[in-house]
Amino acid sequence: MAEIRTEDMVLNMGPQHPSTHGVLRLQLTLEGEIVIDVKPYIGYLHRCFEKHTEAMTYPQVIPYADRMDYVNAMSNELSYVIAVEKLMGIEVPERVEYIRVIMSELQRLASHLLAIGTYGNDAGAFTPFLYCMATRERVLELFEITCGARLLYNYFWVGGLSHDIPVNFQKKVKEFVEFFKPKVSELNNLLSFNKIFIERTANIGILPADYAINAGAAGPVLRGSGIKFDLRKNDPYSIYPKFDFDIPVGQGLKGTVGDNWDRYMVRIHEMEESIKIIEQAIDNIPEGDVQSQIPKRVKPPVGEVYARTETPKGELGYYIISDGSLNPYRVKARSPSFCNLSLIRALSKGYMIADVVMTLGSLDIVLGCIDR
Amino acid sequence: MDKFLLDIFGSELIKDLIIPVPLFAFVIVFALYAVLAERKVSAFMQNRPGPNRAGGRTGILQPIVDAIKLLQKEMVLPERADKWLYWMAPFVVFTGTLLGFAIIPFSSIYVGVDLNIGLFYFFAITSISVVGMLIGGWSSNNKYSLYGSMRSVAQIVSYEIPTALAALNIVMLAGTLSMQKFCELQAGGIQNWFIFGGPGGLSKVILIPFLVIAALILFISTLAEANRTPFDLVEADSEIVAGVHLEYAGMQMVMFLFAEYAQMFAVSGIVVTLFLGGWQSPFGNAIPVLNTPWMQFAWFIGKGLFFVFVQIWLRWTLPRLRVDQLMQLCWKYLIPIALVCVFAVGLYLVL
Repeated sequence: MAEIRTEDMVLNMGPQHPSTHGVLRLQLTLEGEIVIDVKPYIGYLHRCFEKHTEAMTYPQVIPYADRMDYVNAMSNELSYVIAVEKLMGIEVPERVEYIRVIMSELQRLASHLLAIGTYGNDAGAFTPFLYCMATRERVLELFEITCGARLLYNYFWVGGLSHDIPVNFQKKVKEFVEFFKPKVSELNNLLSFNKIFIERTANIGILPADYAINAGAAGPVLRGSGIKFDLRKNDPYSIYPKFDFDIPVGQGLKGTVGDNWDRYMVRIHEMEESIKIIEQAIDNIPEGDVQSQIPKRVKPPVGEVYARTETPKGELGYYIISDGSLNPYRVKARSPSFCNLSLIRALSKGYMIADVVMTLGSLDIVLGCIDR
Repeated sequence: MDKFLLDIFGSELIKDLIIPVPLFAFVIVFALYAVLAERKVSAFMQNRPGPNRAGGRTGILQPIVDAIKLLQKEMVLPERADKWLYWMAPFVVFTGTLLGFAIIPFSSIYVGVDLNIGLFYFFAITSISVVGMLIGGWSSNNKYSLYGSMRSVAQIVSYEIPTALAALNIVMLAGTLSMQKFCELQAGGIQNWFIFGGPGGLSKVILIPFLVIAALILFISTLAEANRTPFDLVEADSEIVAGVHLEYAGMQMVMFLFAEYAQMFAVSGIVVTLFLGGWQSPFGNAIPVLNTPWMQFAWFIGKGLFFVFVQIWLRWTLPRLRVDQLMQLCWKYLIPIALVCVFAVGLYLVL
C-alpha cells in the first residue's frame, strides 16, 4: 500500500478571534485536532509606553500606566507610584496606604471575576460570564463613586491620592462585601465543580513547579503549580504585613498539580482572601489628609529603582532610572502577562485545539500589558 | 384528515400538495420564535431583560424584525470558494431537517405521511443534513469551517448509533416502525407510555429502569445530533469561531439557523413519540375532552416544546465537551449502556 501523503495544517488563530482575549495571534501547527506547535505573535497593541514615558513628567505617566493592563488599572498605578515614591523617599500617610490596599484588593476581585468569567466562556458556558460581569459591575460602581472613572482611574498619585474617599464609601464597601460572599459558592456550584468543566480543565496544560520558576511565571499561574510565592507576603510593600490572609496554591484536587483547573481555582480562592483583607481594612481607615505628602514638583534625585507589586496577574515591576530632571530617563515595566504568555507553547503541545483555548484562558493574559 | 381533504378538493394531487402546508408553516413559525424563546430564556437565566424593543416588553415582534434585517443582507461569497456547493449547502441542511418532519405525528388526524417505516425514514433522511454541513464547510474555503464540518460528520455519524439503539427498544416492544402506531399503542393514560413500560401486564415493571435509561440516552444523543450544547462542537464559537456557519451571511445563515432550530423540535418529537405517548393525553380517555384530535395537537406540541426548553436550558448552563470526550461518551458509555437496554428488553420479550 502506498504511503498517503499528509501535511500539517497551519491555522491562524487571531488577531480577531473570540478566545484570544484581545489582539493576540497564535499560529497553530495542527495534525488533525492535535496541536504540534504554537507560536504566539504579539505587538498588535504596541503603543510605545516605555519610550513615551521619557517625554512626560512623572505624574503624567500614571494615566499611561493605567492603560497597560486596562482591566487592572489600580494595581498598575500602585506599582508605578510605589516605585517613584521609593526613588524620592516619600513616606505616605497611613490613610492613603489603607485606601490603596482596599482599592487594589477590590481591583483584584474585578480582575479575577473577568478572568473566571471569560474562562467559563472559553469552555462554552456563557451564563457564568454574565454572572461574573454583573458582580464586577458592583466593584466598578465603587470605583466610580470614588474617582469618577470606571476603568482607567488615575487615582493613586505620587505621595497620595487624587481624591479622598466619599463619605458613604465604607458603608458601600461593607454592603458589597456582604453581597459578594455568597457569589463565590454560587460560582463554584455553577462552574467550578461542574463535571464537564472539570473534564475540560483537569490534567490539561500541566505546568511543573520547576518549569514555572525557570520561565519566570508569576501570580496565579505560579501559585497554581503549588509554589507559595506572593509578593504581598514574600516581599511586603505598603501595609500588607498588617493583614491576616492566606496564599492559596494549586493542590491538584481534580487532576495534577499545575493544571488548568488549579490555576482557575487559585483565582477563586484569592477572591475569598481579598475579601478578608478588605474586611480587615475597611473599619480601620485612620483620619487624615490624603494629599498632604504630594510634592509640588515630582523631581526625583539621580538614581535608579525597581519596585514590584503583586497585581492580580502576577508580579508587576517598574524599573525607573532618573537623571534628576522632571522626566524619567527610562521606565521599564516587567509585565506578568508577558512571562505567562511565553508558557503557552510548552503548555499546549500535544493537546487539542480546544485545550489551547482553555490553557490560554487559564494564563489570564491582557494584551495591553504584554505589548505595552 | 386525508379523507376530509380528498372530499374537499377531489384530487389526490391537490391533497398531497395541501398536506405539507401546515408543516411548513409550523416549522417556519417555530424556528422564528424558537430564536426568540432562546434569547428570552437565556436572558431570564442570566438576569437580563432580553429582546425588549420590538413589540413591547416581550419582544414578540423581534423574529419579524430579525427576518427583515437578514433578508436585506448581502449574500457574501468568500474569495476562492466553490460557488455552487457554497450556495447549495444551507439548503441541503434545511431540506434534510424539513423532510424529517414528514413523519412527525402531530395528532391522530394529522401527520405528513404515515410511513410504515417512519422511524427508519427519519434516521435516514436527517442524516442528509450532515452532507450539507460537509459541503458548507469544504466549500467555504476556510480552515475553521473545515474543522467544523469534520467535527460535525464525526459527531453525527457516531451518535446515530446510540440514537438508533435506544429507539430499538421501543421498536421491539411495539413491533412496528410507524410513528402513528407508536402513539396509538400508548393509549390509555400515562401508565401506558413506553417510558413506563408501555401497555401490558404488571410484569412490565422490570422494564421501567431500562426504558428510562434508554429515554435518557435517546435524549442525550439527539442533543448531539441537533448540535446543541454540551455537544455544539460544530459551531464552538470560542474554538473554531462558528464552524460551518463562519462564512455565511444573510438568508443562508438563516437557513442554517432554521435547520438547527427545526431539528431541535424534530428530535424532541421523536423522543416524545417514542417514550412519552406522542399525542396521547396523560389522562387517557378518563377525561375525553382532553383527548380530542385538536387537543392532541396541543399535547404533542406542548410535550415537544418542553424538550426544546430543556435543550435551551442545558445550553445556557453547561460548558462544552471536547472532541475526544464527546467520542468517549458515545462509544464508551452510551453505546454499551444502550446495548444492555436492548438485551434486557429483548430478553423480556423472549421470556
